[in-house]
Amino acid sequence: MSVDDKTVHRIARLARIAVPEEEIASLGTELNTIIGFIEQLSEVNTDDILPMTAVVETEIKRREDAVTDGGYVHDVTANAPASDDDYFAVPKVVE
Amino acid sequence: MSASKLTELSLAEARDGLRRKDFTSVELTQEHIAAMEAGRKLNAVILETPAKALDMAKTSDTKLSTGDGGALEGLPIGVKDLFCTKGVRTTACSKILGDFTPPYESTVTQNLWDAGAVHLGKLNNDEFAMGSSNETSCFGPVNNPWRNKDKETNLVPGGSSGGSSASVAAHIGVAATATDTGGSIRQPAAFTGTVGLKPTYGRCSRWGIVAFASSLDQAGPITRTVRDSAIMLGAMAGHDAKDTTSIDAPVPDYEAALGADLKGKKVGIPKEYRIDGMSGEIEALWQQGIDWLKDAGAEIVDVSLPHTKYALPAYYIIAPAEASSNLARYDGVRYGTRLEGENLIDMYEKTRGAGFGAEVRRRIMIGTYVLSAGYYDAYYLKALKVRRLISDDFKLAFEKCDVLLTPATPSSAFAIGENLDDPLAMYMNDVFTVTVNLAGLPGISVPAGLDAQGLPLGLQLIGQPFGEEALLGMAEKIEQAAGFDARPDVWWE
Repeated sequence: MSVDDKTVHRIARLARIAVPEEEIASLGTELNTIIGFIEQLSEVNTDDILPMTAVVETEIKRREDAVTDGGYVHDVTANAPASDDDYFAVPKVVE
Repeated sequence: MSASKLTELSLAEARDGLRRKDFTSVELTQEHIAAMEAGRKLNAVILETPAKALDMAKTSDTKLSTGDGGALEGLPIGVKDLFCTKGVRTTACSKILGDFTPPYESTVTQNLWDAGAVHLGKLNNDEFAMGSSNETSCFGPVNNPWRNKDKETNLVPGGSSGGSSASVAAHIGVAATATDTGGSIRQPAAFTGTVGLKPTYGRCSRWGIVAFASSLDQAGPITRTVRDSAIMLGAMAGHDAKDTTSIDAPVPDYEAALGADLKGKKVGIPKEYRIDGMSGEIEALWQQGIDWLKDAGAEIVDVSLPHTKYALPAYYIIAPAEASSNLARYDGVRYGTRLEGENLIDMYEKTRGAGFGAEVRRRIMIGTYVLSAGYYDAYYLKALKVRRLISDDFKLAFEKCDVLLTPATPSSAFAIGENLDDPLAMYMNDVFTVTVNLAGLPGISVPAGLDAQGLPLGLQLIGQPFGEEALLGMAEKIEQAAGFDARPDVWWE
């Protein structure tokens, strides 16, 4: 498996991270090294093994579907870089 | 008591002194604030909160004067910057969070304040806790208080809880909070001659802690003694309805569990931890630990953890995958800094490109890659299956023994900059610690000796789920046998 420049561009796009053109090649090399390392896992036979998704076996907790807290709209938007009338403000998305 | 004495006290000694009214919390706190200010060269504290600390100390003194007060009443501690603290800037040491000031308090820190602890300040860490050297923080690296024999080179304090480990080693706080996703409590503790305890997954609430990899992250203390770790964990732990992975089980009196007899206890030695190229010093230290526990009455048994070799590769799939998902929330809309763009996606990309440091970008990209269409089964699902095999290895081993003894790190602290260009070499620092996170087990690093360079080395004990009491009891025996009382020369004041 080799990560080419096109793949680096694609991953960067999926991750929503702008990568300067001059860093694409070196980032590709780094990713290749790490992917080469993690590919060791293909040596392990995992037939009939269930994936482990939680380390502590627990029942899913349920609670009543009721409002227990809230009404902090100003707290929620207080740290926003741009907000207007307790709404988050973003660049126009619909013309 | 003279000015230098109060910062010499362990957490337990300071607690007992406060209760005896030998000194006040304001006196104790003032001396720790002075140590914090004198220790700025270490770069361990990235936000000092002296006014808050003195206010809290005054409140504690009022409580102590009437004989009230919690388990940590009046004791000044530092908080890793990954814990959200209400009204106090919290950044995870990332530029992307800017001047984020949480309108809420993490459950663990709330538990500590409820127990009476005094907040000295926020401690440096690797950006979003991604690192093993505390060199990826946007506030710059932390310097280890310890230096090797040449006395010139600044060494890393380990990571990601490097500010926590350095501040405790330099006696800036009596203890510190920390978090551990792949070794981030135990490795920095080993590098600074301190005690680092990573509890069982679910023992401490993760609510209000900036998330890195949610199925692995767990909060714990860094302290100077095993007893102090027991006291801190007792205050930090507990069920929290706000974290569905937090366990609804009573918190034992960990301090009372100390001093237990080791007769009849079995200590497992996993043969796979004797890795290629292991230094003679680490091997000798491990043997020394075996002998100490044997002398204390424990029985030594050989065990096998055959999938150990695959823990690091599995970790470097699972942790970045979860991180790429957790860090999706940093988009320049709800908090932190924003870079303007031509449209929404351009704004996201510019904000995230500029706001995340190189290591965080690298890990998000790896996570995105292993979760992307066509690779999910080959990498992510495979890693989850290997994770089960690693966990099953431990279950089998624990049929034969109560705890496991291993080295904590493959080496002592290295120089700042030494491993920066080689991510894999850096990742190898966690080779003895990541297995514990993958299996959700408790682990503790105890200072056990010095290497030829005069730098601390640690031994790790690994326990069964919720076996912190046995772990602490065993750790105390190593602490007593090692008699570790070495101190770094004070060069930073």
